[in-house]
Order: sequence, then structure tokens, then C-alpha cells
Amino acid sequence: MSYTTTVILAGTSLLGACAGLVGCFAVLRRRALVGDALAHAALPGVCIAFMVLGYRSLPAMLFGAFVTGVLGIVCISTLRQMTRIKEDAAIGIVLSVFFGAGVALLRVIMNSVSAGSKAGLDTYIFGKTTSIVLSDVYLIGGAAAGCLAIIVLLYKEFKVVVFDSEFAGVQGWPAFLLDLLLMVMIAFAVVIGLPAVGVVMMAALLIIPAASARFWTEKLSVMLAMSALIGAAMGAVGTTFSSRFVGLPAGPAIVLCGSVVFLISVMAAPRRGLLSRLWSERQFRRRMARQRTLNVIYNVWERSHPEVLSFAMDDVLRRKSWTFDEFHSALVALSREGCVTFQPEGRFAMSEHGLQCAANAARGFRMWELFLTENAEASSGIADFDYRSLEERLPREMIAELEEKLKDAGRFPTMMPRDGVRHERN
Amino acid sequence: MNAIDLSNFAEVVCATLGRWLSADPDDVTLGLRTIAVGSVCNVSCAVLGCYLVLRRMSMLGDAISHAILPGLVIGFLLTGSISIVPMFVGALVFGMLTAFLTQTLKTYGRVSEDAGMGVVFTSLFALGVVLISGIGRMHLDQDCVFEGMIDFVAIDLAEHQYWGLSVPRALGTLLPVLVMTVAFIVLFWKELKVASFDPMLAMSMGINATLIHYLLMGMVAGTTVAAFEVVGSILVVAMLIVPGATAHLLTDRLGWMILWSAVVGILAAILGYIGAVYWNTSVAGMMAVAVGGQFLVVVIVAPRHGLLSKLVGNLELSLRIVAEDIIAELYRLEERQAGSGAADRATWADCRRFADGSLLARPAALLLRLRGQLAFVSGGRVELTDAGRRMGNSLVRSHRLWETFLDRHFELAADHLHEPASRIEHFIGPALQEKLARELDGSAIDPHGRSIPPLERDETK
Repeated sequence: MSYTTTVILAGTSLLGACAGLVGCFAVLRRRALVGDALAHAALPGVCIAFMVLGYRSLPAMLFGAFVTGVLGIVCISTLRQMTRIKEDAAIGIVLSVFFGAGVALLRVIMNSVSAGSKAGLDTYIFGKTTSIVLSDVYLIGGAAAGCLAIIVLLYKEFKVVVFDSEFAGVQGWPAFLLDLLLMVMIAFAVVIGLPAVGVVMMAALLIIPAASARFWTEKLSVMLAMSALIGAAMGAVGTTFSSRFVGLPAGPAIVLCGSVVFLISVMAAPRRGLLSRLWSERQFRRRMARQRTLNVIYNVWERSHPEVLSFAMDDVLRRKSWTFDEFHSALVALSREGCVTFQPEGRFAMSEHGLQCAANAARGFRMWELFLTENAEASSGIADFDYRSLEERLPREMIAELEEKLKDAGRFPTMMPRDGVRHERN
Repeated sequence: MNAIDLSNFAEVVCATLGRWLSADPDDVTLGLRTIAVGSVCNVSCAVLGCYLVLRRMSMLGDAISHAILPGLVIGFLLTGSISIVPMFVGALVFGMLTAFLTQTLKTYGRVSEDAGMGVVFTSLFALGVVLISGIGRMHLDQDCVFEGMIDFVAIDLAEHQYWGLSVPRALGTLLPVLVMTVAFIVLFWKELKVASFDPMLAMSMGINATLIHYLLMGMVAGTTVAAFEVVGSILVVAMLIVPGATAHLLTDRLGWMILWSAVVGILAAILGYIGAVYWNTSVAGMMAVAVGGQFLVVVIVAPRHGLLSKLVGNLELSLRIVAEDIIAELYRLEERQAGSGAADRATWADCRRFADGSLLARPAALLLRLRGQLAFVSGGRVELTDAGRRMGNSLVRSHRLWETFLDRHFELAADHLHEPASRIEHFIGPALQEKLARELDGSAIDPHGRSIPPLERDETK
């Protein structure tokens, strides 16, 4: 690998790590697109710095970009707080108007000075990874280290501000200032990255690592580390690809690497991922089908108390609005547990163990039903009944109380024939 | 009016405008053509943008305008020619895909809307750029992406002359888009309105809100694609969001909002073109700046939702409260003096003290004098006129009634009564005062042992 490639690789990886780190806060605060607006709003600053100085100077242009970027953020928050303009519109307004002004200024510069000295300004829009030199790597590395240091020092404060800024205010912390510091850090990362990857790709570098990392963890510290890692990996892999394939620009290659990571995260992440959520939904549906089937069977049994524990499928099916297939597959699942054996002529038999399970299921349903009728106000949050969670959701005394009530009403599911109960009462 | 007349008429207009602006009539013709193209484009974006702003989906315009890039390229790849139809279809598909993916990520992936949108459009944009560089054959002018070709539309004329007028070719795509947009809004007026303001109500009324959502997204994508080529992405995004937001500050009615946004769009085309000629710069960029400038002006001066009117409203209220504080304190002073027999008149300095040293004390005093509620007598002293006394009576009565009410119904210490009462006394009207008095069954003494003054009526009336 050539020296230039190594330098560029180091630069893009560090940039990815830095953007990934600060991007977490942008994504968690639901301000992912503010980074996009910031990147656009930086353009007029670059142009103004150039017009004032009359020549290219990296620090001056970065400073200009930083100033108009922060001005853009101030405009967004002013519009949001002091007018009826909502945040999304405020972001869009700042983004398009500032960028429009930047383009107009850029054209003024192009029309007025010789073509040689303007050449650098375009890179702020589209980015040019090949322009990264060693001093840029130091700058980016310094920025990354600075952001990391600030985050480590103010970790607890940031955490509270991000998740509950009102609580931070109640704690007496300067929530507004902390928020501003976060935004300034994001602005800084954006401004540093602009010349290398350009406006749109910079927004991607902020959002994609953080949004991907969010899928894998619920802890902020882990998320920060993962996001920085993903960012660095995006930078490294994307740059490597672009150096292997002639004509493949590095910026988009980096972003597409990130898109792949994001796609994998959406699909395969252990708890929040799509596959795992689909799987657990399926499990839940199966469990529910099992419980409901057992409940219905128990109700049928309770009504007639047949000596032989054999039922016609149609008899049971008539009492529920299920299709035959749904019912049948639930029975198949039960037969694997040894609760049910299939018999000829559309009949099935319950084992002793199966009937016990059915009684348990019916007990769960009835207790839950009773609980909800007596505590209707609690039903909105927890109405989706999952029998297994009855013991987890209700305190033990309450369960005992519900059992008493069911027994008093003669509805407590037991294996004993009902006649027996009646005789005892009499 | 026949064809020849109209073209003559246009020439006459250009010549007159040219003389008036002391410019070449040919330049004026070019300018009018550019403005016409800009206006048509701006109006179709602005009108649709109103719904985006109301539905809080403004950024979807930005996202779509970036995400259609791979669609354009794939359309080109499949047919091998830069003809408008396949590229249009490709872009439309990718525009809808953006809206769909963002929605899907939000619903099924639980990714917040902004983050999901950010991931989707940057990824698609990157894909587009990679595709372009992979083909190599297709030349993409970078400036063109942002600024479009609006600088050249005035000389790129359609072959056919309409009614003797040479028409820019761009209008050939933009005018149908505008007509479709307007037709869409007129046809689905009720559905769009309900679905924008209250999706739940829309659903309960049997309107398919999802369908309306995707129809709107389709219209936005189509308009974006058509406008993209002509004016570039900056202006599309600016025109989708800013006119709608500007109009939203000006009115609360949807119909007026749409009309206003169209006006803002047309004004932006005119002002932007003039600015671009004046500073010799990008037309699209200056139109975006012009619409931003209009927004800024409206944010400040809008009649009800503007910063200035809010400031004036606050100032008015503060002035009223300071004035009422002065009157009430003067009334209390008179009351005390009537009890003790002393008759020192209050001075101007006292008034100032009554207003807690507020900067508004002097204007408030002048206002009171103007209204004939306060009289300045010799020696820098002030006294209440009859009208002022009636006002003070009403204020003090409100204050003490409220204190009594608080004391009776809430367990508050006696020294906690004054503060809330002096805040609320400014907002108790005659009707509430009477209600309070009835509620307290004519109690004449407040918790501090002072008498609640009976209402003094204006006997001159």
C-alpha cells in the first residue's frame, strides 16, 4: 500500500470514528438531519472566508464554515422555539437557503477571480478524499481525540441531557449549555470532514454508524464504542475499495459500506433486529394459540365432563372463530407435547397431563379476565394477555385473591367433576 | 385576440420594460422567460410543499431530491439514451422507494424517522454517484445537480411557437406538472386536508390515509424529478419547504396558505432573477436566497405569528399591567389616607416605585393621563381622576375578592395570598368579579382584615 493511500486510509478511518462518536448524540436526540443541515450551512462560510481573505487558507475556511454552521443551528432552534415553524421545516429552510446562498457566493467567486485559485472550493460540496494530507490526519485525529476527551469527561451529564433533558434541568445542570456543546462538537466534526467527503456523505457518516449501533445495544457507552468502530471500519473499508477499483470515488464507497452495515444491523441485531423481532412475534403467537386452544378444550370438557376424554374437532371449533387449519396446527403442536392424540373420524383425545395443562390455561384466562373487569383502568397498557406473565405481572396476594373469587363463583378450573363440587356445597 | 397581436403585445411589453429599466429589450425577453420557467416550477413545488410542511415531513422533499439520482442513472442505463421518460420513471420509482423505506424503517425497524430518512437518502445518493462513476460514459455536470439549467432555459426554446411566442422548452415538462399538481389538489382537496390535519379522523371517515400519503409522495417525487432537471436540487428543496412555511405564518386557512405559498414562489422567481443579474451569479442560488429573504421578513412582521407582533403583544400586556399597578397602588394610598386623615399626594417617584422601577412606568403614566385616569397636579404630584378611581376600585376589589376566595378554599398562609392575587387581579373581568362576590356571599372583609370595596359605578352614565 502506498504512502498516500495509508495517509488517506488513516484520515478517513479517524474521521469515521469521530463522526460515529458525536453522531450518536445527534441520532439519540432525534436530530440526525441537523447534521445534514449543518453540512449544507457551512458552505456560505467557506465562501465568505475565501472572499474576505482572497486566497485559500484551510484554517480560515474551516472557521468560516464553523461560524455559518453554528449560525444555521441557532436559526433552527430560534425558529422552533419562537415561531410556529416545526423542527423539520426549520431544518429544511436553513439547509436550502444557506446552501443556496453558498452556491450563489461560489458563483460570484468563480466569475470574479481567475480559475486557478477557486479550484479548492468545489471540494467542500462533493469532497475529495485524495486531498487528505498528513497534516489533515493530525487535525482529524486531534478533533477525534478532543471529542472523545469531552465525552469521557462529561459522560454522565451528556447521558442525562440526551435521554431526559428536563431531568438534567431539574438537577441544576446547565442543560442548554450542554446541549449546545454537543451541537458544537457535531459542527466541528462536520466542518473537519467536509473537504474530505463532501456535504451529503458527511451527513451519512454522522447518521449511519450511530443508527446501526443503536440496534445492537441499549447502553450508551457500548453504543458510542460500537458507533465509533463502525465509523472507522466504514472509512477504512470504503477507502480500500476505492483504491482497488479505479474510478470508484471514496466518499460514496464509504457510505455504501455503512449502508451494508446498517442493513445487517436492521436484519440481524439480536433484540431490536427485524429477524429476531419476527421470531419472537412468532413464538408469542404460537404460545397464545396453545393457551387459547387448551382453554377452549377445557371449557368444552367442563360443560359435559365426558368419562372418555375424547372430543370431536368440529364441536370445539364451533365455539371459536378460528379456521380449521389454525386449530389443527395448534393441536399438532400440543400432540408433540403429549397432551393430545389424534383419533379417526375427526376426533382427538386429551391425556391426563393434557387436561391438567388445559385447566391451568383456563385458570390463567379466567383470572386475567376477572382482574381486567375489576381493574378496567389498568387494561389499556397490559390488555394483551400472555398467560406466562400472570405470575410476573401481578403480586402473589392478588393472585390468591383472584383464585378465591373464582372459587366462590364456582368457576375455578379443577380436574374434579362438577357434580362433586355441587354435592360438597349442598 | 389573434396570434400576431399577442406576439406584438409581448414585444411592446419587453420594449417598454426595457426602456423603463434602461436595459436591452432582448435581455428583458430572456429575463421574462427565465422568470416564467422559475415561477411555474416554484409554484408546483410550493403548493405541494404546503402539505409537507403541515404533515411535518418537510425533510422528505430533501431526501427525495437526493435519492432519485440512482433512478435517473438506471433509467439512462436501461435505455441508453438521455430521453426524459425512462429517467423520469426511474427517478419516480426511487422517490417512492425513499418514502416507503423511511416509513418501513420507522414502523418495523423502530428507527426514528429522521435517522431512517438520513440513512436511506444518503445511501441511495451514494449508490447513484457510484453508478455514474462506474458507467463513465454518462457525463454528470456537478453544478447541474445543484443549479440545474435555469441559466440557459431562456435560450433553449421549443421549436414550435405558441400564439407567435417563443416558449422555453422547459415549460413543456413543467407546465403539465403544474397542471397535474393543481388537479391533484383540487380532486383530493377534502381527503388531503383531513389526512394532513387528523389522520385518525381520516381513517374513521373511510379515507385511506396511507393511499393519500403515497399519492402525495408520488406527486412530490414527480414534481421533484421534473423540476430537478430545470432548476437543480437546491431550488427544489427550498421551494418545497420555504414557501409553505412562509404561508403557514401568514394564515391559518389551508386555501389561503396554498395561495400565499404560490405568491411567495412567484415573487422568489422574480426577485431571485433580478438579484442574480445584479450580482452576476447563479439564478437558482439567488432564488433560494430570495425565498429565504421573504421568509425572514415574514417571520418578523407576520400579523399574528410574527416575532414583531408577539413582541408588541407582550409589550402591550406589560404596559397594561404596569399602568394598572400604578392605579391600584394610588387607590390603596387614598384609602389609607382617608382612614388616617392625612392628605399627602403621591409623587411621580411613588408611581415609579409602584411599578417596581419598571422602564415602562413613564409610558404607562403618560398613557393613563391620556386616557384621563391620572392627573398631574402642581409640584410633580399626581392624583386619580374619577375614572381612575373607578378603575382602581375595580382592581383592588378583584384583588381582595381573590385573596378571600383563596383563603376560603385553599389552606394557604396569610402571607401567601398577596402574590397570586396581584398576578390575577389584571385578568378578572366584571363578570368573574360578580361571580366571586356571589360565591363569597357578600363578605366585606379580606383575610388581611381590610374591607373589600363595593363596586363604584360610573354615575355619569
